[in-house]
Amino acid sequence: MNELQFLTWVRGPGLDIAVGIFLLGVLWRLFEIYTLGRKKDLAAPRHTAGASGLHTVFRRSLAPPGMLKRSPVSYIGGYIFHIGLAIVVFGFAPHILLVKNLTGLSWPGLPSQFVDLAAVVTMAAMVVMLVDRINKPVKRFLSTFEDWFTWAVTFLPVLTGWMAVQHLLLPYTTMLALHILSVEILLIVLPFTKLFHAFTLFGSRWYNGKANAHKGVPV
Amino acid sequence: MQGPLIDTLARQGVTRRTFLKYCATLASMMALPPSAGLAMAEAMAAARRPSVIWLPFQECTGCTESITRSHSPTLEGMIFDMISLDYQETLMAAAGHQAEEARHAAMKENAGKYLLIVDGSIPLGVDGAYSCIGGRSNVDILKEAAAGCAAIVAMGSCASFGGIPKANPNPTGAVSVSDIIKDKPIVNIPGCPPIPVVMTGVLAHYLTFGSLPELDDKGRPKAFFGETIHDRCYRRPFYDQGKFAKTFDDEGARSGWCLFELGCKGPVTHNACATVKWNGGTSWPVESGHGCLGCSEPDFWDAGGFYKALSVPADPLKIAAFAAVVGAGAGVAVSFANRAKKNAAKKAHQPITLDDLEK
Repeated sequence: MNELQFLTWVRGPGLDIAVGIFLLGVLWRLFEIYTLGRKKDLAAPRHTAGASGLHTVFRRSLAPPGMLKRSPVSYIGGYIFHIGLAIVVFGFAPHILLVKNLTGLSWPGLPSQFVDLAAVVTMAAMVVMLVDRINKPVKRFLSTFEDWFTWAVTFLPVLTGWMAVQHLLLPYTTMLALHILSVEILLIVLPFTKLFHAFTLFGSRWYNGKANAHKGVPV
Repeated sequence: MQGPLIDTLARQGVTRRTFLKYCATLASMMALPPSAGLAMAEAMAAARRPSVIWLPFQECTGCTESITRSHSPTLEGMIFDMISLDYQETLMAAAGHQAEEARHAAMKENAGKYLLIVDGSIPLGVDGAYSCIGGRSNVDILKEAAAGCAAIVAMGSCASFGGIPKANPNPTGAVSVSDIIKDKPIVNIPGCPPIPVVMTGVLAHYLTFGSLPELDDKGRPKAFFGETIHDRCYRRPFYDQGKFAKTFDDEGARSGWCLFELGCKGPVTHNACATVKWNGGTSWPVESGHGCLGCSEPDFWDAGGFYKALSVPADPLKIAAFAAVVGAGAGVAVSFANRAKKNAAKKAHQPITLDDLEK
């Protein structure tokens, strides 16, 4: 298999398999999670200002008082790499073209130099967060294989994509194929690891916010 | 500067200055040092016409057409004249047995020294019966001619990589020259067709240095195939700005924006079209408004369609819808199982009263 055949495979059967497993996993887990149901809270609801599902969705996006100072890397680094990922994934013209081809949705792309900068900043933030995870004894203690693994499968698509655009290390064709392959691995892994937070994040915040709002506690 | 070639050129009205300029251009095009231009001129001027045997196999004659297009007005054509083309079915006057004899005579006289040019792929299916010349299969003729040659130039994508005949499902079992011949230096000059100056450049290099130029991992001269079309494309700034033609006749297309979204394979195609251009530097596919097909890459025919952008699926997703239904079904089934479990637990629940605890 030469590199063009490799690229054609990851663009064809590889993508088909990855998207298939992704959809299967995502729908399975969403159905399972949201049909679990919860016991009805029979207590009379209390009403407190700022206590609701929607409030919690937003409030949890901000650092609780004092935490930003105690753990700046987690918050600032986390914000930077999440926003960076969004810019790279949704702002790069070839990515938009893929989404358009798959779903019909389309929007204007960002200049490739800006996306390039975002990719570098994203990778830097991710590396800093990884070093922080290794250096801080508590974080290291709490980390399991899944944490290291999901970091790697998130980092690799950015790295290979950036290297493909910059023509580093390997010929563009091979690097592009590796980039697409790494994204396919991410797609396959996403529904079955903590990366599924991409889908459940706001739902679980809403749930927690609503359950506590019933008790009159803004969380 | 004297020699058979320079004399011939002088007779044809080509001045020494023009010839030197041509050699310097050729040298710079091949990324050789400036001194190589003079060396090339001296070597070529003095060169004896090396014997060249051109074997056409499973091909469309497009490669020959391409080379001959550069023939009469340009110096490339004259250099081409300066080799002794002893066998070329399309161009030679001889036919039938005479042609075969000419080939055999050339092979005998120049044993071990002649340059073998091959265009077209070699079919191996049905013992090579899909393409025969004078009652002999291509593979048979190739092996015989390759045995006594100094080097082989695989002209065009078919000879280099199998090309269109090898495209899925490859009914004739077509293969490239390098799939068959393993013990001779082979230079691949892919393209459908290849650029004439690449051909003459390689010949000039061979005449000057007695060796083939530096090749990449696919056997292509690095000087011409070292960079991608995309990297040297004059429309590249539009790609970087995110300005794309969406159809072949929209405002973007008229403004000369990037053709990536229309399926241009420039980013993965190594060739010199963007710098050397075609028809004496007149234009080239992207300049004329059509994306690159990727014709100088192996198996370009089966690379997911000419009009599909590189970043979109090569094939329509087949299992996605099915997988989504299975996933949803599995989720629903599991949720029923969970509910049954919950209900069973509820039923099995035995209330404990204070009295029970005090027992």
